[in-house]
Amino acid sequence: MIKLDKVSKKFGTGIFGLSDVTINVDKSEFVFLVGPTGSGKTTIFKLLIRETLPTEGAVTINDWNIIKLPKDKIPHLRKKIGVVFQDLKLLLDRTISENILLPLEVAGVRLEDARKRTDEVLAQVGILEHKEKFPVQLSGGELQRVAIARALVLSPEILLADEPTGNLDPATSWEIVKLLADINEKGTTVIMATHNSDIVKSMDKRVIGLEKGKVVRDDPSASSGQVKKKEDNPPSHKTSSSVKTSEDELKGRGKEENHSAHKVSQEKREEKE
Amino acid sequence: MKFLKTMLRNVRRSPYQALAAILIMMLTFLTISFFVFLLSGSSRVVSFFESKPQVTAFFKNETKQQEIDDVAKKVKSTETVSSVKFVSKQEALKIYTEQNKDDPLLLDLVTADILPASLEVSTYKIEDLAGISKTLKSSPLVSDVIYQKDIISTLVAWTGAVRKIGFALVVVLSLVSLFIMVTIIGIKISQKKEDIEIMKLIGASNWYIRWPFIFEGMFYGVVGALIGWTIATLALWYSTPFLYSFLKGIPIFPIPVDFFFIVLGGELVFAILLGFVSSFMAVLRYLK
Repeated sequence: MIKLDKVSKKFGTGIFGLSDVTINVDKSEFVFLVGPTGSGKTTIFKLLIRETLPTEGAVTINDWNIIKLPKDKIPHLRKKIGVVFQDLKLLLDRTISENILLPLEVAGVRLEDARKRTDEVLAQVGILEHKEKFPVQLSGGELQRVAIARALVLSPEILLADEPTGNLDPATSWEIVKLLADINEKGTTVIMATHNSDIVKSMDKRVIGLEKGKVVRDDPSASSGQVKKKEDNPPSHKTSSSVKTSEDELKGRGKEENHSAHKVSQEKREEKE
Repeated sequence: MKFLKTMLRNVRRSPYQALAAILIMMLTFLTISFFVFLLSGSSRVVSFFESKPQVTAFFKNETKQQEIDDVAKKVKSTETVSSVKFVSKQEALKIYTEQNKDDPLLLDLVTADILPASLEVSTYKIEDLAGISKTLKSSPLVSDVIYQKDIISTLVAWTGAVRKIGFALVVVLSLVSLFIMVTIIGIKISQKKEDIEIMKLIGASNWYIRWPFIFEGMFYGVVGALIGWTIATLALWYSTPFLYSFLKGIPIFPIPVDFFFIVLGGELVFAILLGFVSSFMAVLRYLK
């Protein structure tokens, strides 16, 4: 369904945001995208909604060649993909329900139906009682739910969540992830970027690790039984130990033999953030 | 409808910018209204004079009625002349009394004796007035001849000047309001940059974002035109009694109501166009 084929993104400064990344995500999959800041998670999301173009490689979603998508078709693409942005990107001068209404309005849904759908989604994420409030009146966890509701309101086939638990306490983070898992259960493909190792560990889902713009691991969920080929495996990573090391790595305990000291410190920094 | 709603919210949330835009539009349309009134009024005055090419010959006091009749007959036989009308001393007094009925002092001073009898000669064409005037002047019975050629040429010159100045002023003011509107809409777009970014990210097309701004420009135009037109119309209505006595005898008043609404209609069309063009320019400039 989602296909990144040998994608590289070079920024103006000459630094590679992504280099030679190949990822395939099937329909209804739940994928964690993990890696330190600057590893390219957000860049992948930006590529998927055509907010930015790759320097090289191909991006395909549902047989749509995203790179060759004409400009006037971009809105269509974005209506098919729900995004929970890292900084939420809610409109602060509009109420919660107006924020959720916006994608429906943009899609040209009749106001009456749009209101119904808005209430539906707000109920689904559990914040219906806040619908007439403004974003500043809500807590971080509630705002995260608003962002998820807005991403969901057009019933997209794909949901991208960029660090949706970034600023949340463990309990609230857990609720958010549960919510995303529920959404995934109903058939939506979910890609969640995170560096919350506890969540990744306990969820048993496919994990794609990124580092400095390269895919350093791609571990299928244990239950699915799928064996994913690792796309870009640096020599330091032994295939046999990849599952184990990745878990440790996420816990920030990556003191195993095949981790450099640099990486450990970087991960620790990430966790503190 | 939702574009209009978004637009009204945008207007409400930046009242000073809205006020500036409406005021400049109002100024433009106030000027346009005044010049339209002035031009249509003056062209009616000119056409009034033009439609009645007339020479008036005043006879000397001692002239006998018989002699006047002879002159009238002679003039009438000229083929360029359409009509000849004799105004006796008594009739002259009547007209004088009518014109100055509000001023008893002037009425007291005048009797029929001191008013000359006159002959009003109309021609089919305004160019023929000069010839008639010459003939009449040559008659020993005639003390004075006046005809409107001078009045008309002066009026035409004035109207022409007013038209030019008015047109230049309207063009300049339209351009000023155009650029001020582009700036105001541009500022509004910049203020909402983040919102626009978000809307694009969740799939809003460019035109979905642009339309409220374009409606906003047209809204300012329409409101400005309505206010400008209302002020100009009220001012004209208020000064009608004064103008009426100033333009005594020239049938301009009452001005038909249709005229005002035709002016309003034309102005609204122009206002919408001006608003549309300026916000369109702003949108293309700041919302790529």
